[in-house]
Amino acid sequence: MKKDINIDIHHLTRIEGHGNIKVNIKNGAVEECVWQVPEAPRFFEAMVKGRHYSEVARITSRICGICAIGHTLASVKATENALGIEITPQTAKLRSILKHAENFDSHIVHVGVLVAPDLLGAPSVFPLVATHGEVVKTVLRLKRLGHEWGSMIGGRTTHPTTVIPGGFAKLITTDELKILKDKILARVDDLTALVETIVSLASDIPVFDRPTEYVALHSDEEYGLYDGCIQTVMPDGSKEQFDVRDYKKVTNEWVSPNSTAKYTRHKLESYAAGALARFNNNYEQLHPEAKKIAEVLGMKPIIGNPYLNSAAQVVECAHSVHESIRLIDEILADGGIKEEGIVQPVKFSSGTGSTEVPRGILFHEYNYDENGFCIDGNCIIPTNQNHANIQADFDKLVPELLEADKSKEQMALALEMLVRAYDPCISCSTHYLNVEFVG
Amino acid sequence: MSKPKVGFFDFACCEGCQIELSNFGDADFLELLNHINIVEWREVMSEKAGHLDIAFIEGSFTREKDRKQLEDIRARADVVIAYGACAATGGINALKNSVPDHKKRVYGDDRDMPHLDSFPVALSISEAIKVDYCVHGCPMDKYEFLDIVSHLLHGKEPVIPNYPVCVECKLRETVCRYDRGDHCLGMVARAGCGAICPAHGIPCEACRGFIDNPNEESLKEVLMKKGGLSEEWAEKKSRIFTNNQRSDAK
Repeated sequence: MKKDINIDIHHLTRIEGHGNIKVNIKNGAVEECVWQVPEAPRFFEAMVKGRHYSEVARITSRICGICAIGHTLASVKATENALGIEITPQTAKLRSILKHAENFDSHIVHVGVLVAPDLLGAPSVFPLVATHGEVVKTVLRLKRLGHEWGSMIGGRTTHPTTVIPGGFAKLITTDELKILKDKILARVDDLTALVETIVSLASDIPVFDRPTEYVALHSDEEYGLYDGCIQTVMPDGSKEQFDVRDYKKVTNEWVSPNSTAKYTRHKLESYAAGALARFNNNYEQLHPEAKKIAEVLGMKPIIGNPYLNSAAQVVECAHSVHESIRLIDEILADGGIKEEGIVQPVKFSSGTGSTEVPRGILFHEYNYDENGFCIDGNCIIPTNQNHANIQADFDKLVPELLEADKSKEQMALALEMLVRAYDPCISCSTHYLNVEFVG
Repeated sequence: MSKPKVGFFDFACCEGCQIELSNFGDADFLELLNHINIVEWREVMSEKAGHLDIAFIEGSFTREKDRKQLEDIRARADVVIAYGACAATGGINALKNSVPDHKKRVYGDDRDMPHLDSFPVALSISEAIKVDYCVHGCPMDKYEFLDIVSHLLHGKEPVIPNYPVCVECKLRETVCRYDRGDHCLGMVARAGCGAICPAHGIPCEACRGFIDNPNEESLKEVLMKKGGLSEEWAEKKSRIFTNNQRSDAK
């Protein structure tokens, strides 16, 4: 039968920020099928102009309340790169633990609060309090851990206070670090329980395959999160690496009339960033406990089903827990936390910094004048890097759903779930710190 | 008040204040649910509601097309609370107000595309609709949020501090940033946060806005004489979160 279907989802729910889905099918033919980003632009680029280097990360942190730690880290890394600051190994380790905290924290919210209702057939997490009370409590306990874990090192998780260029304004103490380790260990059983719930629901994750280019940080030392170079992996497994300085060779931003956020493309019409992109690039470096979960979920790279991004997040939660314990043990074995001063600037120039936030690879770049005031900034957000890929998924998925004779409601749910799987952070992606360097 | 119907809404912001609510953990959050009935919250729910007892609005008013939605929320809600700096004062978004070419700097040649339209200045929610109460801060303090909700549930007027952050530093026995060779805005910044930033070794940036009648000239003088800031830096230092509250606000 030649169908007419009209889907117009204004301000999709259960995502960070505002997005619209529009599908118009007439007489069995797809006339329109778009992912729109109408979020209010916020002009962070203008905000950092003329600000002192000590203020810049505090401003750009406000791009996103969910990945504020990641923005702060990418920002101070870019500033340190511009100012010739070499941080100490202890600072790098603590920042890694902080980065793990954020990814864990955000993944728990996404999987446990935003995605789980789809898999359990509820419109939101609130009805689940009555029907799946234990699952909700487990999720909230894990969420609380993520918040405490990040706060103990970063001062707080939403716009961290202690992370500044050159080190930590206030260091976690050795005793606090031991407490943190105990707090993480105390929640391992909760994480196992959540994993079991997700595994039991995994058969409800839609089957769809559209392998693309996957971009993530890569480090020879560890599963790329806090630091590394840019790596891309193609559907055939071929990899290529780029220096973070050359990020624009990979991101190639452009403005779409459908979006207040800019889009990106590299080797294909679009690429993906995020947990699945990291998994596809760096699977071998996952902690053995995380690999076990991937095995149970039947996941091995290269995975081309974007719906499995949420499953990759679950795998990463386990990785972050066990890696952080390893890092804490390393610091403790080394005699605990040492009071170190803040490393001071040796020059003022331009620099880049990158880190993996929950939703993918993030780039910050700043240019400073001779007194340490910011001339210009540029910031490329993972959700921006995913918008074009979401659109490309739509273009393949909608005809497939039509072919499978899905109803309007089934099609709308499949599209909503697809967008949610990317865990888009639209308030981030329309931050608008994107500007070409002047001079 | 019986268990009130509550909705959460967001405009131009980072959604960090919503995230603060999720940081309560299981005990406090589930307890909160015993006292309020959350009926609308786009970020976490697909459900939509009609009448609301309390509407919490996060984010700034930055474009004409958002006015209608704000008016709709006002019409549906008995009490409107602007929560977080962006909603309460324009917050960090208002930093663009003093950079007239911000649109060109960001969009370049694409700046006139119709969907990119926005005001030249970022405004508080109260510029569009009547706001009954504000929860200040970037991010807001989740316990102050609880305190305000608790006051309303008991039919009491919430108490919002109108004394400076310096008071809270003294109570906390934090050594003054100026004595550490740093600078700080604590003497004109609205307290209520517990002076967390100086305690963590960084200056207060007045994310909760100014107290009433701040002495801007004196602030500038202290920043220069005691903080060692250049005149230009001292002049713009406090703008990060208070651009809409300055005497030269646009």
